[in-house]
Amino acid sequence: MKNIKYLLLRRVTQIGLLVLYFGANAYGWNILAGTFGSSLLFGTIPLADPYTTLQVLATGFVLGADVLLGALIIAFFYFIVGGRAFCSWVCPINMVTDFANWLRRKLKLDKNEINYRFLKRNARYWIMVLGLIVSAVVGISAFEVLSPITIMQRGIIFGFGSGIAVVLAIFLFDLFGVKNGWCGHLCPLGASYSLLGKASLIRVDHDHEACTNCMECKIVCPENHVLHMVNKESIMVTDGECTNCGRCIDVCGDDALKFSIRNYLKK
Amino acid sequence: MANSNNNRRKFMATTLQSVGLTALGGLLWSGYTDEVKASPLILRPPGAIKEDDFTTACIKCGLCAEACQNRETNLDKETGLPKAGTLKMAKGGDHKLIGTPYFIPTEVPCYMCEDIPCVPVCPSGALDQLSVSNNKGELDINKASMGLAVVHKESCIAYWGIQCDACYRACPLLGDAITIEMHRNDRTGKHTFMLPIVHDNVCTGCGLCEQACVTEKPAIFVLPNDVSKGVAGDHYVKGWDQKDQERVQNAKAIETTTERSSQSSSDYLNSGDLY
Repeated sequence: MKNIKYLLLRRVTQIGLLVLYFGANAYGWNILAGTFGSSLLFGTIPLADPYTTLQVLATGFVLGADVLLGALIIAFFYFIVGGRAFCSWVCPINMVTDFANWLRRKLKLDKNEINYRFLKRNARYWIMVLGLIVSAVVGISAFEVLSPITIMQRGIIFGFGSGIAVVLAIFLFDLFGVKNGWCGHLCPLGASYSLLGKASLIRVDHDHEACTNCMECKIVCPENHVLHMVNKESIMVTDGECTNCGRCIDVCGDDALKFSIRNYLKK
Repeated sequence: MANSNNNRRKFMATTLQSVGLTALGGLLWSGYTDEVKASPLILRPPGAIKEDDFTTACIKCGLCAEACQNRETNLDKETGLPKAGTLKMAKGGDHKLIGTPYFIPTEVPCYMCEDIPCVPVCPSGALDQLSVSNNKGELDINKASMGLAVVHKESCIAYWGIQCDACYRACPLLGDAITIEMHRNDRTGKHTFMLPIVHDNVCTGCGLCEQACVTEKPAIFVLPNDVSKGVAGDHYVKGWDQKDQERVQNAKAIETTTERSSQSSSDYLNSGDLY
């Protein structure tokens, strides 16, 4: 029986947040209203997605102060809990791609990630910058018109329409196309959180002494290049692409991995 | 040495490829985005800024739609749960810019709530509270301009001579936004045409008239301001209106740079083939 503590915690968080958002519309709950683009916490505290905010700013529109403040709050929050903690603990698409990835392992579609010539893992950073450029050129937030993240979230809150096709497309792409294709290669929102994650405080810590080199962590990790130190040295996972999902900690039988707080003072 | 040269060449090729692919992606992405943002026949919430700016500013959070649905006046009296609100969030298949709020009057019109719950919640500035406030800074929904109701005379049964004032009665600004104009019905010689007339400067575009209209497809309907309104331009001025006269200063003369033939006008008169 494998440990699934963090996996369960993540699913509870993800679904819990969606329930709160859903209830805000359907029953008028005043806890968390809006969508990931911009939300209102307890009816007073504004929250906004930094990348979405940057896209609107790129168009040249002078945004309301609520959104700017909200983006700062969210940026600070993910600076603490780990940039891409958004991806694995909040984003609803994560459940879709995790399911695709799990099915991929069960169906033994491929064991190793294929290195595509035109689709490297750094494509997302290009797309992230491109999104801002397109926003500036066309005068409208470019990623928001096709973001499967908010399409799925709005779908759950307000009804899907044919938007469900986008979610299905991501699932099929990750299952039959590229392993970790969307979250690991393309998503510019995740890329923006990666940049935040480079400096964030809560990170996974590796203990080389305890590691038995079973490689379970690397099999389950959706961004396993970040685990380059496993069985080599006792350092923290500082790569911003780590999503702090905690699956490696779950599957590790030797207690060689744990969450820890990065100590900037020690250096 | 040869190896490092090879590496450099490979690096250059990869960089060029990445830049090229990014440019390609950018072109496709821009084209797609430019296409999807165009939806001229869409009615926005009250206080919405100009459509072009609105699609830029709207952060697609849905707070306006949630406020609309959960306003106290929208609670179902039997279940106590909110009914479907006026504002919908555009989803895939609606053929509107995805994630932006809009409404369809024949389904649920805007009820013009006095406290306008949808506007103050907007965090981005896409809904401008000042545009729906009076001089004292209080919210005033009558200042909203979501669109303009237009009457199609040929399908409006009041224009046939049949008595109907459904739109007039449904109008929240009854007597101001829609008035009834009386005309003698010469066909019968003893009846009156009671014609609904919409007044542009008062109509807010709420769509209650469109929803109330009795014809199979409404003969009165709300269109966005850009679509339903013409623009006379600066060359036509109401000479009898002092304020309007000021506009003449904005008018620009049209200057032609091609030289005119001074001969042509007299040639034209003398050529003999006037007709």
